[in-house]
Amino acid sequence: MSALARLGHACARSLRRTLAIAHKELRQLARDRLSIGLVAGIPALQLVLFGFAINMDVRGVPTAVLDHSHSAISRRLVGELAATQTFRIDRSIEEESEGFRLLATSQVGAVVVIPSDFARRFYRGRGAQISILADASDPTVASAVALSGQGFGQDLAARMQPFATGAASAARRLVPGDRDAFGPQSEIVLPEPLRVEVLPFYNPERRTAVFVVPGLVGVILTMTMMLMTALALVRERERGTFEFLIATPVSRLEVMLGKILPYLAVGFVQVALVLALGVFLFSVPIRGSLVELAAGTLPFLAAMLAMGLVVSSASRSQFQAMQLSFFFFLPSMLLSGFMFPFDAMPRAAQWIGSVLPLTHYLRIVRGIVIKGASLGDLGAEVAAIGAFLAGALALAAATFRKRL
Amino acid sequence: MTGAAPPAPVAEAVIETRGLSRRFGAVQAVDRVDLEVRRGEIFGCLGPNGSGKSTLMRMLLGLLRPSAGTAHVLGCEIPRECEQLRSAVGYMTQRFSLYDDLSVRENLDFAARIFGLVGGVRRERIAASLARYRLERYATTRAAALSGGWKQRLALAAATIHQPELLVLDEPTAGVDPQSRREFWEELFELASAGTTIFVSTHYMDEAVRCHRLCMLRDGRRVAVGAPAALTHALAERVVEVADAHPEQVIAALRASDLVASTTQLGNTLHVLLRPQAPPAREAAPRLERALVAAGLGSARATPAAATLEDVFVAIFLGERLDANRPEAP
Repeated sequence: MSALARLGHACARSLRRTLAIAHKELRQLARDRLSIGLVAGIPALQLVLFGFAINMDVRGVPTAVLDHSHSAISRRLVGELAATQTFRIDRSIEEESEGFRLLATSQVGAVVVIPSDFARRFYRGRGAQISILADASDPTVASAVALSGQGFGQDLAARMQPFATGAASAARRLVPGDRDAFGPQSEIVLPEPLRVEVLPFYNPERRTAVFVVPGLVGVILTMTMMLMTALALVRERERGTFEFLIATPVSRLEVMLGKILPYLAVGFVQVALVLALGVFLFSVPIRGSLVELAAGTLPFLAAMLAMGLVVSSASRSQFQAMQLSFFFFLPSMLLSGFMFPFDAMPRAAQWIGSVLPLTHYLRIVRGIVIKGASLGDLGAEVAAIGAFLAGALALAAATFRKRL
Repeated sequence: MTGAAPPAPVAEAVIETRGLSRRFGAVQAVDRVDLEVRRGEIFGCLGPNGSGKSTLMRMLLGLLRPSAGTAHVLGCEIPRECEQLRSAVGYMTQRFSLYDDLSVRENLDFAARIFGLVGGVRRERIAASLARYRLERYATTRAAALSGGWKQRLALAAATIHQPELLVLDEPTAGVDPQSRREFWEELFELASAGTTIFVSTHYMDEAVRCHRLCMLRDGRRVAVGAPAALTHALAERVVEVADAHPEQVIAALRASDLVASTTQLGNTLHVLLRPQAPPAREAAPRLERALVAAGLGSARATPAAATLEDVFVAIFLGERLDANRPEAP
């Protein structure tokens, strides 16, 4: 027998053992009413519970500026917007398409568009208008942007008055380009209130469910996947069946994979269940590709299952596993942007949040489901989850023992 | 007594340990144990709870790392090569370690798959196992619903589904009724006569006496090893039986005697182990009888008796060392 054939046989044997464990696991799962209840009950319960909105004051919405006007007055306007603290001006962009891409991938929550005739209209006091494209998939953010934008329009006139009436000479001195563009005949008049038009994107009716349901997909997976894998392994230790298992030819990897595989399947069932409930109960639109969603879900599921293995190695009883899982679950829920808008959190909380896979998965699932983003646009989020997965797997491999 | 002949004298050692030790913190669970188990024999491991039987077995299987000493099992160095050993060893844990929520057949199917049996071979083995251990009528019963004896059978069936060369059984009959225990041991002898080496731990003297050879452990140390007959032979002329209608008075009188190490009451008979320095039983018996008469117990009759494993056990726990290292069974 050639070395290659021998390797092939070894792999086939290993695969058979892995599948034997996976098969056994599914059988046990099917008989465990409580676990079945967890698989279906948790999503249903959470979906109802989180159907309510939690409104929060929003600050620091990351904002991109598309300034077609390129004028002193438009730059001043941007400064005033930043001063409201609702907006955090992160970057300026040149193309509208880039603005949409940034919105779709949650890199910004709002795009301020200043039209090219803004300065002219402003100086003439004739209907100067800006547009704020707001990511209304998160209704909390959308409300805050709308409120702030409108208020801003109201009092901007008053606050910019000294600047506007600061005499033509001042304007000439400071921004000769403007004067040149509009000619010496242009009169500076008191501006009428600035009209700020807020355009809610993706979720124009600002329905909470549209935002919450895709997020729930991630939250439920975090809660159930980690716990179920951890419990499945700790249960074997607790009941003593692990001693039988480790005295057989199965390898560490085979045990780990055999335990993970069934729950991968369970995870996808849960995703489908939550989305289906969301569509039928709350009319959540699914704008992106389900295939891409599945592809984006896979690394996240794997990361949660790997965490389950880590938890199982660290716990001696099912109760401990449960507690440890919640130790991870709670920050995931609170700091990922599920409960509170991520950008409104304190800096330190954001740091912790950006390590957690749920934070990135929320952007993926919301991006694809609500905004129709493509997975390709969300590469950075997938990479962040991938990094976490690698870390969790390394930790699981280091701590998982095939010994008593 | 056992019906099966002792194994043919094969030099090959299936298990060989030298100074095997394991410490858990301050507790020396297994202390410098030397063992040699030969192919095809039923080797018993006898000792009270906490004497290190389970720890010893787990080390032999590579489930625990020894703190010191060496062990070779089926030619593999333990624990370095324990993975190569797995498919040649069957292990039955002290606690039932199959899946309660799977049926008998499903448990066997899982064990067969895990041991790499495929297709027709697997189905044949499962069917043969169900038939051999008379588990057919429980094939679709969940393991949780089985009684102790049937769980034991299932565990043995699972541990032997891959036809291992070595079977390690950790107190397999604990808490099982006598009839089930008898049947279980019949199965063990069948397996042994088919060439399977069996390393079994037990609490029961009636089981220990059925082993080809056995070792006794106390506080992690090997305090005796040999064939049961050889071990009891070491206590020849050390046992006297005293019969009387009032055993409780006799016990008090015997305990006062400097010839007596211990007494065990069996109904109205007292099984008496003499001290090592006491004269042989045939001389000690009349002396005891005279002492009893002097104490007003004229009806007591003392006669020399054969030692049992129980006596061996008692002698050891009184601090005697009884290594009957002679390989031949009498």
